[in-house]
Amino acid sequence: MNFSIYDFTSFTQWIDKFLYDNLPAFWAIAVEMTLIGLVILVFYALVGLFLVYAERKVCAFMQNRVGPNRVGPFGFFQTIADFVKLMMKELVYIKNADKLLFNIAPFIIIIASFMAIAAIPFAKGLHAIDFDIGVLYVIAVSSLGVVGILLAGWSSNNKYSLIGAMRSGAQIVSYELSVGLSLVTIIILAGTMQFSAIVEGQANGWFIFKGHIPAFIAFIIFLISSTAETNRGPFDLAEAESELTAGFHTEYSGIKFAFFFLAEYMNMFIVASIAATVFLGGWMPFHVSGWAGFNHIMDFIPPFVWYIGKTFFIIWIMMWFKWTFPRLRIDQLLTLEWKYLLPINLVNILIMAFIVLMGWHF
Amino acid sequence: MKEVIHLPVQNVEEEEYHINMGPQHPSTHGVLRLVVSLQGEIVKSLKPHCGYIHRGIEKMCEKDTYPQIIHLTDRMDYLSAHINNHAVCMLVEKALEVEVPERVKYIRTIVDELNRIASHQLWWCSFGMDMGGLTCFFYGLRDREKILDIFEESFGSRLLHSYYTPGGLMMDIHPDFQKNVKAFIKYFRKKIKDYDELLTGNIIMQLRTQGIGILSKEDAISYGVTGPSGRASGFACDVRKHHPYGVYDKADFKEILGTKGDTFERYMMRMDEMLESMKIIEQLIDNIPAGDHTAKMKAVLKLPAGEYFQRVEAARGELGVYVVSDGNKSPYRMKFRSPNFSNLSVLDHISRGCKIADLVAIGASLDYVIPDIDR
Repeated sequence: MNFSIYDFTSFTQWIDKFLYDNLPAFWAIAVEMTLIGLVILVFYALVGLFLVYAERKVCAFMQNRVGPNRVGPFGFFQTIADFVKLMMKELVYIKNADKLLFNIAPFIIIIASFMAIAAIPFAKGLHAIDFDIGVLYVIAVSSLGVVGILLAGWSSNNKYSLIGAMRSGAQIVSYELSVGLSLVTIIILAGTMQFSAIVEGQANGWFIFKGHIPAFIAFIIFLISSTAETNRGPFDLAEAESELTAGFHTEYSGIKFAFFFLAEYMNMFIVASIAATVFLGGWMPFHVSGWAGFNHIMDFIPPFVWYIGKTFFIIWIMMWFKWTFPRLRIDQLLTLEWKYLLPINLVNILIMAFIVLMGWHF
Repeated sequence: MKEVIHLPVQNVEEEEYHINMGPQHPSTHGVLRLVVSLQGEIVKSLKPHCGYIHRGIEKMCEKDTYPQIIHLTDRMDYLSAHINNHAVCMLVEKALEVEVPERVKYIRTIVDELNRIASHQLWWCSFGMDMGGLTCFFYGLRDREKILDIFEESFGSRLLHSYYTPGGLMMDIHPDFQKNVKAFIKYFRKKIKDYDELLTGNIIMQLRTQGIGILSKEDAISYGVTGPSGRASGFACDVRKHHPYGVYDKADFKEILGTKGDTFERYMMRMDEMLESMKIIEQLIDNIPAGDHTAKMKAVLKLPAGEYFQRVEAARGELGVYVVSDGNKSPYRMKFRSPNFSNLSVLDHISRGCKIADLVAIGASLDYVIPDIDR
């Protein structure tokens, strides 16, 4: 076995071969699936905890504050302390709430984001499932989350929650369109929906550069609409705390609240990952065609670092405008989508198709 | 045989439902309860329920001496504590026909204006927060801290100062007062540009406030909406200009008037007023005459029998103090005309037909302080 941080393919194939050599086929698959599930779960929890910490530090930086700085160095373990606290908190049960739906809602949201993360390529060969319809799968799975939000709002038997859920429903269903269409723009350019092929296609230049202006417009639209889809930033109408106290998760406490919280951050991580993969080359290093020496130096940085760097750059942008902009109103939110983003997006797809047809892209 | 009484069935539209905003709600800034009738997201009507923080200040005043009453007025509109004190002090001075030293008038005017700036800064914080821009809150508080530091240095406390006494001031200003105030104005003139960049010029904020919650001039007058909220509708009601007290007649300042009376106009009134207040302070700060910090007063203050009224321009509007005295050391009856109560009364009128988010923005632009509504 030759392990390399630049290519995980041989490593994963070695594990695969080892299991199949020593176990019956059924058990080998079972062990593999369990292993992958565990790895994703641990990754999920770690990234979630880190993102909460990062958000608190970034927002403190924007607001002339210090942020968490007591637990551990630079308050790094603050989120772990918070998590332990939330685990020990009492779960409050609401009278006249629909118990089953009330309990199931946080899990639906968590599962939706958990499923989406499986399809994202973290590095070369580090990829749980590599569907040939990867992009479609991620869009489909991440839109399941809205079901959880609607159920949470409905079953809480609280008017604030209900208003929040209804807002969220209208918002996510509308912005799903823009997310999908902006990805379609790039799929036309890439000619495939498979994530690994999309990343490989960017070996000699990221799609945001390759696709001229339409790709850039698609990137901006994706950034806006994916922020709206994750209920964040200026689009956090579903939980607008100055209007609806906490929106759809008003009645949740303890670990169930933590699930909503975690899912929000993980959704942000997922959309940032997709943006990084589809527009900015995923784990592919920054290459300029013709500059062999420069490309060689860039190749020395491990793919995983490239991927994490790009993802966190996009997350940082999303945090930046969350902490700068005031919140939109529901009618303005829908106007923005249906009157501006969607028409621009449709024209953008046409232009992109034309560019690809004429072979004008790089 | 008893007759069956048929109660009239209330004509309630089927889709209409009520939510309680408050008494614990982030956007009411205190314990105010708004019962809002909604149709979907649209506000049909709303009913403010006050009284959750009623402490009976007016009744308590009937047991207290006039210097003691000063301390109670701090607790009404706690964000313009100095200005409330000023009203009672001037009323007592008027009744006893005491001429306060010129130095006291200057200091009172300067401190009032500083208090007005601090109050508007906190309003800006909470306005930004209600609009969903949490960063505004910290920007505003950072700058308000500078004023509170000046207050603390001179008067020993940061929020409830009780600095004015009938006839003068509790103590003279700190030797560094003038220097610090000038330094603050220099600092804040720079910082207020940040405010504009962060919130005023933001497209989302402009779209959400312009043309929302329009209050006409006639309604402003008939509801008695004063202060920046009333002036946004073009109601010239600045007490400082029309019935000058302190040394406002010696300062050159504009009464800022709006025309449209929407939420954005009410926002701009306060932003411009902060600049005007700084202008007033700049004109007065170097001219504070030397002299005593208090007039000679009797140990026990007994107002001659009769009725007295005094009004001042508090940070949120016109504050009136009405006293009926029977010649004793405490008033027979005392009544405050608080600006916030009248300003709140207009909320139902101007927020009908708007969205929940607009209701929050309108409420923030009216800038009510609940302890002043309930007293």
